[in-house]
Amino acid sequence: MKLLSLRTFRHGVHPPESKDETSGSPIRQFPFAPLLVLPLVQHLGKPSVPEVREGEHVVRGQRIARPDGFMSVSLHASASGVVRKIALTPSISGRMVPGIFLEPHPASTQEASQGTPCPLETATPERILAAIQDAGLVGLGGAAFPTHVKLSLPEGRSVDTLIINGAECEPYLTTDHRVMLEQRDDVLMGIRYLLAVSGAARAILAVEANKGDAAAHLRDGLPDDLPASVELLRVKYPQGAEKLLITALLGREVPSGKLPLDAHALCVNVATTAEIGRLLPLGRGIEERVITISGPAVERKGNYRIPIGTPLRFLLEQVGAREDVNRVFLGGPMMGAAVPSLDIPITKGTSGVVAFTDTEAERTHRKVYPCIRCGYCLDACPVFLNPSELGILAGKHEYSRMAEDFHLMDCFECGSCSFVCPSHIPLVQEFRAAKAAVRKAALAERAS
Amino acid sequence: MTGPGRTLEIRTSPHILSGYSVDSIMFNVVAALLPTTLFAVYAFGLAALATLTTAVASCLLTEQLACRMSGRTSTLGDWSVAITGLLYGLTLPPGLPLWMVAVGGFFGVGLGKALFGGLGLNVFNPALVGRAFLQAAFPVAMTTWTLGFTPDRFSALPSSTLTPPFTQPLYDGLTGATPLALWKFERQLTEVGDLALGFVGGSAGETSGLLILLGGAYLVARNMMNWRIPAGIFAVVAAASGVLHALDPQSYASPLFMLFSGGLMLGAVFMATDMVASPMTSSGCLLYGALIGGLVVVIRVWGGMSEGVMYAILIGNGVSPHIDRWIQPRVYGTRSREPGS
Repeated sequence: MKLLSLRTFRHGVHPPESKDETSGSPIRQFPFAPLLVLPLVQHLGKPSVPEVREGEHVVRGQRIARPDGFMSVSLHASASGVVRKIALTPSISGRMVPGIFLEPHPASTQEASQGTPCPLETATPERILAAIQDAGLVGLGGAAFPTHVKLSLPEGRSVDTLIINGAECEPYLTTDHRVMLEQRDDVLMGIRYLLAVSGAARAILAVEANKGDAAAHLRDGLPDDLPASVELLRVKYPQGAEKLLITALLGREVPSGKLPLDAHALCVNVATTAEIGRLLPLGRGIEERVITISGPAVERKGNYRIPIGTPLRFLLEQVGAREDVNRVFLGGPMMGAAVPSLDIPITKGTSGVVAFTDTEAERTHRKVYPCIRCGYCLDACPVFLNPSELGILAGKHEYSRMAEDFHLMDCFECGSCSFVCPSHIPLVQEFRAAKAAVRKAALAERAS
Repeated sequence: MTGPGRTLEIRTSPHILSGYSVDSIMFNVVAALLPTTLFAVYAFGLAALATLTTAVASCLLTEQLACRMSGRTSTLGDWSVAITGLLYGLTLPPGLPLWMVAVGGFFGVGLGKALFGGLGLNVFNPALVGRAFLQAAFPVAMTTWTLGFTPDRFSALPSSTLTPPFTQPLYDGLTGATPLALWKFERQLTEVGDLALGFVGGSAGETSGLLILLGGAYLVARNMMNWRIPAGIFAVVAAASGVLHALDPQSYASPLFMLFSGGLMLGAVFMATDMVASPMTSSGCLLYGALIGGLVVVIRVWGGMSEGVMYAILIGNGVSPHIDRWIQPRVYGTRSREPGS
């Protein structure tokens, strides 16, 4: 009966959770790779501008690239070492992006340097925002949107509720789970900073019911003077999507095409919150993060605090990958992107690395049938689109009609429709392509 | 060293699937039809066996021929034609000449499915298209019902079954009217208990309401059937006939009789729920079910025929795309439902 009373959103799907193998594994420190690669764009926005030259010696935690304007963040050295080169490196998007290649000193103790602390008691909201940008913080849940931009409320706008997102609805991933269990003080400190900067009256820590231990641990530690509560949510994918969290917790809908702000709410990932609470009092930047390494092809699964810039090849060597590894993707299996190359490094937005063997990969090699109008996708779509109709239109390349008549642009690519489709139509893939085409057409129209 | 020896596969997310597939859904529908099918053979013996075999074979052959002609690979593996054939066979009178069964199967799949473009594109339920064709072409044969539970049903075929092609059948065995016809034309009522269990005359597979419900319950439990469609049909049929029966029990049959007689159970549970030819939204399915239920009552009570399930479902199929156009889900973050076009 308790299950029924838990809050949630409508529709959605129930993929196998696959979390048991790592949810009990404490966060361990990951070793430094012989060469770290730090792309200058690890966030949505403009690339950072390097402040170091090739051959320069840097200290762990030292800023090595500064933000280029508001839509950009700082970048810090994830190890003490030598800048070997600044050159192009492959990225998850498939494009080559500029990056700083850093060779850690093998003998260094890797003591992290500190900057100017931003004490909670005396800092103004502006000062906190600047400190967050200086710390190089982006959404650690996977979106990698610059956190200070998200927290900068436009003139005259206000939020009443701050939602700390600990839903972690993606299968396999348990980083947020471990962070809530092991970094409670950091999370609570982060909430204080976030409340101060956003002006929200209260904070809600949203945790899916499969992490009851984390929820209880947080609840036990809530100080009396902190206007925060812990809410358990029903286990359902994609519960962690901002808009759906807001609907589940506050009963409000974010208007189509608008931001959570328009529903007077602000969502921040719990790992991001913990990093704010950990870094700001010390004036440090983010140079490592917690990730889950899991999947049937991984031998030593677990949660690791890993230096930003660790190449996947080194990562898989350390944890041991099975001979029949077939597919490696960053993030969870529902929304994660498969990597084309093991030379891609871990970036700030990487919440996990999951590796599949041929066996799991083969399960997605299914025969594609015509749409049989079963309606499963309509019952799965959390934003109540009609994926079947959109899929049929995508087949005819009627992209503008998809956008105008069927709200294509409201799709946030959670993958629920593709997950349930018994005809195995690659719906999300088609929608991604269609969205790109619509954006391109809009840009072209603006230019002419 | 890991990875480099192997080529990594790049695919877009999601990297896991629910496990549902068209062929598994269709196969489960066939499985859910098994109790009904076995009871048909038990009740009508060799006649039902021959009818069902011919029906399935003619449908499969027609589909195979259509694939060959259009240059596509065979689609028999998706099991959807097997359902069509089985359902079609179950709606036929057990003593129907086999050549008629074959002709109907050919028209059902050929006209009702292949010409529309195959799986997923047919507007009407192909099994019912085949049956409707036969009803129009051979009205007498389609309404002559050999009786079930005859002692020699497992040793001899009715003479009508093996009628040579293009000749009219001669019935030597016992034939009788269906409970619906008895009621409509002679005001003779059949016990509801007999109806539910299937000890009555009628089409091969429509006589045992309880076994049909059992199959339907299995599919609903496995989320392979939208329960709202039969629910809508049952609700409207029960309500409308309930009101009429209360007003004048002499002229109007009781709701239970209406629900368990004729092809209503088979139609509501297995025909109207054809995913391809029914609406996609939940409320659309309720409306569609209600519409079919209403039509069944209208045709049965005021129409010239004793049975109306087939036409009610075919009309429902025709309206279904329009229901899907009228009833679109309300997109998150928008105030009103917006029509698709």
